[in-house]
Amino acid sequence: MSAGGELSAFVMLLLVGFLPNEIWRVLGLVLARGLDEDSEIVVWSRAVATAILAGVIAKLILFSSGGLATIPLPVRAGAAACGFLAFLAVKRSVFAGVLVGEAALLLGGFLFAH
Amino acid sequence: MSALNSAQPPKPSSAADFLAGARSAIQSVFFLVLAGTYIGIGALAHDFGFSAWWMALSSMLVWASPAQVILISALGTGAPPVEAAVAVSLSGIRLFPMVVALLPLLRGHGRRTRDLLLPAHFTSISMWIESLRLLPAIPHARRLAFCNGLSVGYMSTAVTFGFAGYYLAAGLPTLFAGALLFLTPMSFLVSTARNSRLMIDRLALAIGLVLGPLLVVSHVELDLMWTGIAGGSLAYGANRLREAMR
Repeated sequence: MSAGGELSAFVMLLLVGFLPNEIWRVLGLVLARGLDEDSEIVVWSRAVATAILAGVIAKLILFSSGGLATIPLPVRAGAAACGFLAFLAVKRSVFAGVLVGEAALLLGGFLFAH
Repeated sequence: MSALNSAQPPKPSSAADFLAGARSAIQSVFFLVLAGTYIGIGALAHDFGFSAWWMALSSMLVWASPAQVILISALGTGAPPVEAAVAVSLSGIRLFPMVVALLPLLRGHGRRTRDLLLPAHFTSISMWIESLRLLPAIPHARRLAFCNGLSVGYMSTAVTFGFAGYYLAAGLPTLFAGALLFLTPMSFLVSTARNSRLMIDRLALAIGLVLGPLLVVSHVELDLMWTGIAGGSLAYGANRLREAMR
C-alpha cells in the first residue's frame, strides 16, 4: 500500500471501524450511570446481551464465512453439539467442550470437506 | 518473593490486583480462543492488503472480533465506507447491554464515570463473560484494577497473535483456517452455558440460539438486535412469571 493509501486506511479505521462500534460502549456507560447491579434494567440488559450473544454463536456456526464455510453445515452443527455434550459430560469443563468440538470439526472436515 | 511480599503494605495494592487480572486472563480458556481467533483475523488482514500495524491498531481500537472481520472484508473488497460503517455498528449493538450489565459491578467506592471509561472500552465478549463470572467473588474496591488487568491481558494476547497470523497467512491450510474460526462460536457457546447458573440466563441462551437463525432465514432486518430484545425480554418475562408463581 502507498503512503497515501496507508494514511487513508488509518482514517477509515477510525471512521468506519472505531466510531460506529465505540458509540454503543459510550451509550452503555451513560445509561449505566446510577444503576446498581440488582436493578431490574440491569437484569434485563444481561438477558438481552446473553440472547444477542446466543444469536451471534448460532449465526457463526450455521451461516459461516471464510475457511469455515468450506466445511459442510452438518459437520459444523454436529461438531458444536459434540462439544456441548462433552462440556456437560466432563463436569461443565469449557476446555473439554472446546477440545472435543474442535476434534469433531477437524475429523468431519477431513472426511467430508468439499 | 516472600521478602518482596513482606516489604509491601498489608493493604491490597491495585498493581497486585491488576497483575492478578492479567494472570487470570492468560490462564483462562479465552487465551487459546483469542490466540486462534486473532491468528485468523491477522491472516485475513494480510490477504486483503492491510499493514500489520493497521491490524494491531484495529485490535486495540475496535476490540471486537466480529466488527474487525466485517471491517477488513468490507474495506478490503471495496464496499462503500458508509455501508461498512453501518454493518460494523450493527454488529456492535450487543456491546450496549453488556456495558450496562457490567459497569454496576465496578461502581461504588468513589469511582467516577471517567474511571469507567477504560472498562467500557475494554468490554468485549470474552472479557464480559469472564468479568461476570469472576468479579462477584472479588471485594468491590479491588474489582476495577482486576478487570483492567484482565482486559489488558486479553488485548495483548489478541495483538500478539494478530501479528503471528499476519505473518503466517500464506501457509495456513483451509481446514485449519476453518478450525481456527470455529474456536470463537464453540468457546462462546460452552462458556456462556457455564456462566448460566440462573434460570433467566439459561432461557436467554436457549431462546437466542433458536431465534437468531430463525430471524435470519425469515430475512428480518437487524436480526441480532431483535434476537436480543425479543429473546432477552421473553427470558426476563418467563423468569418473573416463574418467581411470581413460587
